[in-house]
Amino acid sequence: MSGINLASPHGAALTAAQDVEGRSLWQDAWRRLLANRAALASLIVLIVVALACFILPSFLPWSYEQIDWERMEANPPSIETGHYLGTDTLGRDLLARVLFGGQISLTVGLLATSVALLIGVMIGAVAGFIGGRVDQVLMRFVDLMYAVPLTFFVIILMVLFGRNFILMFLAIGCIEWLTMARIVRGQTLTLKNKEFIEAARAAGGSTSSIIARHILPNVLGVVIVYVTLTIPQVILIESFLSFLGLGIQEPMTSWGMLINEGAAEMESTPRSLLVPAGLMTLALFCFNFLGDGLRDALDPKER
Amino acid sequence: MLSFVARRLLIAIPTLWAIITVCFFLMRAAPGGPFDGEAPVPPEILANLRAAYHLDKPVMQQYISYIADLAHGNFGPSFKYKDFTVTELIAQGFPISAQNGLSAILLAIFIGVPFGILAALRQNSASDYSIMGVAMTGIVVPSFVMAPILILIFAIGLKDTPFQLPAGTWEGGAIKHRILPVFCLSLVYIAYLARITRASMIEALRQNYVRTARAKGLPFRQVVVRHALKTALVPVVTFLGPGIAFLLTGSMVIETIFQLPGIGRYFVQGALNRDYTLVMGVTILSASLIILMNIVVDVVYGFLDPRVRYD
Amino acid sequence: MPILDIRNLNVRFATQDGEVSAVNDVSLSVEKGECLGIVGESGSGKSQTFMAAMGLLAANGRANGEILFDGANLVGASEDAFNTVRGNRMSMIFQDPMTSLTPHMKIGRQLAEVLVHHRGASVVEARIQSLAMLKRVQIPEAERRLDMYPHELSGGLRQRVMIAMALLCSPEVIIADEPTTALDVTVQAQILDIIHDVKERLKTAVVLITHDLGVVAGLADRVAVMYAGRIVEVGDVGSIFSDPRHPYTKGLLACTPRLDDARQGIMTTIQGQPPNLQRLPSGCSFHPRCSYAAERCANERPALEIYGQGRARACFKDLKAA
Repeated sequence: MSGINLASPHGAALTAAQDVEGRSLWQDAWRRLLANRAALASLIVLIVVALACFILPSFLPWSYEQIDWERMEANPPSIETGHYLGTDTLGRDLLARVLFGGQISLTVGLLATSVALLIGVMIGAVAGFIGGRVDQVLMRFVDLMYAVPLTFFVIILMVLFGRNFILMFLAIGCIEWLTMARIVRGQTLTLKNKEFIEAARAAGGSTSSIIARHILPNVLGVVIVYVTLTIPQVILIESFLSFLGLGIQEPMTSWGMLINEGAAEMESTPRSLLVPAGLMTLALFCFNFLGDGLRDALDPKER
Repeated sequence: MLSFVARRLLIAIPTLWAIITVCFFLMRAAPGGPFDGEAPVPPEILANLRAAYHLDKPVMQQYISYIADLAHGNFGPSFKYKDFTVTELIAQGFPISAQNGLSAILLAIFIGVPFGILAALRQNSASDYSIMGVAMTGIVVPSFVMAPILILIFAIGLKDTPFQLPAGTWEGGAIKHRILPVFCLSLVYIAYLARITRASMIEALRQNYVRTARAKGLPFRQVVVRHALKTALVPVVTFLGPGIAFLLTGSMVIETIFQLPGIGRYFVQGALNRDYTLVMGVTILSASLIILMNIVVDVVYGFLDPRVRYD
Repeated sequence: MPILDIRNLNVRFATQDGEVSAVNDVSLSVEKGECLGIVGESGSGKSQTFMAAMGLLAANGRANGEILFDGANLVGASEDAFNTVRGNRMSMIFQDPMTSLTPHMKIGRQLAEVLVHHRGASVVEARIQSLAMLKRVQIPEAERRLDMYPHELSGGLRQRVMIAMALLCSPEVIIADEPTTALDVTVQAQILDIIHDVKERLKTAVVLITHDLGVVAGLADRVAVMYAGRIVEVGDVGSIFSDPRHPYTKGLLACTPRLDDARQGIMTTIQGQPPNLQRLPSGCSFHPRCSYAAERCANERPALEIYGQGRARACFKDLKAA
């Protein structure tokens, strides 16, 4: 064999991996995840970043919107003034702003993904499980939605109905569920004809109880992977909107808005671009590595 | 196949109509109008303005006349660029956006796909990890971070050197002025294409028929090119379809940062200014392109896999 | 000299859960024109032994030992060296005809490229020979099939195409890995007939890998039984069937339904599960499932011992004819 990589070992090795006794799928996946250093490190970094964003601001000498009236220009980092990363051109503390921006970005990421999750899983499972006419109608609708320039729609919504936080995550959630629905439907279709589902049906389980008890737990793996990969996408969309000035409004802030402000003054104070950009990129990196790691862990044949 | 395309185009009409309708009524349902926000306008002038744009008519009547105009390719007058119709603005901006988008997508295909294949063939090797590392960077570093940094380097840092590249000026589209925006535009697509190609190539190489082809004693190159590549390209095409549509209609971010007179920037300006007709025009154009590209994708599937039937 | 001579072959796979030994110390030889049956459960290493011979092990697999094809060792050979043998002097037919042909290439092209590559044939020549070969494996309307895609053919026809493809360069050895498992029973018989015909008329050596003793009975000259990556019994087909000397072989025979069997309707099974290759039982791998197992079997591994004309087995118990 040359250096090419073709298949998972067929036959022998695969059987061996399958009947490793006594360990559940989840324990196995968890063990594999822990063995994946990039994914594990990402998980830790994400926890640290999230804790920093949500807890640290209350311990800082300056809040994110507080203007340091004595220093109303860009200030260099300094321990004495309490601006550990300096200030922006208005004299606001950069560290506090970046952490607060992270709070908003992460929250939007989580909330919008939950919205997408809720809609996507429901539609996907129902379409896949019930099938027939219902499936056709739902999937046609999904197809139709794919043809809509959705970012444009979010922008239109934000502009028309005011740039507020709730509308933002609802709108983003409403465009991110499509792929989730397709994935869940596909999984449900393959599950539907498995013996244990037929058994549940023969035992007289109702559609909704079969979906809830047997289908959903079994699509959980794929869904978790996809959630991990959707959060960074949502954060990107949010920051993209904020960057264009179409996202949330002052005095609130987010990573995207900070990057926008930073880009405007990057010639004089590059750190006001690099700090928020760096932190956001780090978080996005970690989400993606974690997602890839989870996929490998839950689907060992990938490797 | 022709009848397939015809049928798909026919289905596209109600889809497009639905999008237009939703969009239209959303605009009308929104609180506030296009003439708010500026210095308070005297009521009689406002009334004149509204009359000039037919905003004083009942909504249904506005809707019908808008659809009728659309059928004639007329997107109506721009609310903000008072001397232009939306059709004129799009005719001005679209070629610029489309040229840049097309260059970016070609760049992305010629870089992303080969690197993806290379990574797949050397799975889990150092070259695989480095290609995928760079690709991941391309995905997580958004263009609005990449663009300012590249500007910082090439337009500001390398000022007065032969490597200086202009940014923020268009100069009628001289090559030198296009390099940075096109490169920034293509980065994400290079990254995605490399990742998608790698994954689908690995999957294709795992197929039983690739094993058969190897068992026939064919050189590995031939196995990859003849037997695996076509299957591996299916997900690439799936991604490229809408991708091309988006790129052709311009990148809002890149055109804003580099101040390019393309329709992406028009859209952002239009949205910020509540220039309804302009926003609708760009949205409709973009939706049509997405629908069109999806039809193209379905046709291309047929070339990649004879099992696909057009019915 | 045997055309294919495998000596002390080991195949190991590196997996995330540690190394797995799929094939252990296997020695086998195939004479010219002979049909050798390899019988075993899935995971017994029967396929991987010959995947190694074809250079088709997965990337995490490594072979050790010797695989002599016409005297030249293939273990550790380069991809190029394999490519002069594969599809040319030694070919393989796989289990699943539905997925073993490239879906986006016409049958004619998939056949022709073998001749173009190995024989330097022109496209026209290759097409003529391919057509002849399709007729030889009794494909009806062969001419028309050349311009069809695989999905337009039934499973049985596709397997015939696979056989035709394997025969194109008149190889000295054909390895058929479960050639009939994925097919309907009626089609199975036809495919086995064709393989029989190949062996008789073309004098090609055939290695028939199967879990089904019934398949082996009609075709093979000799049989090797594998269990947990090792050969447990070898012998000519008649004596293996009439006089199995290894408890596993005996068990397999008992599980094979026979029409002339008085106990019709009662299926015998070998109790227990095929072993986990990562944690093989100590001593004889079969002992946990063996009804003859003694204390010694759990501590010591029986070697493969020759005990008569071309017969060998790996068991401490001296099983006599039943």
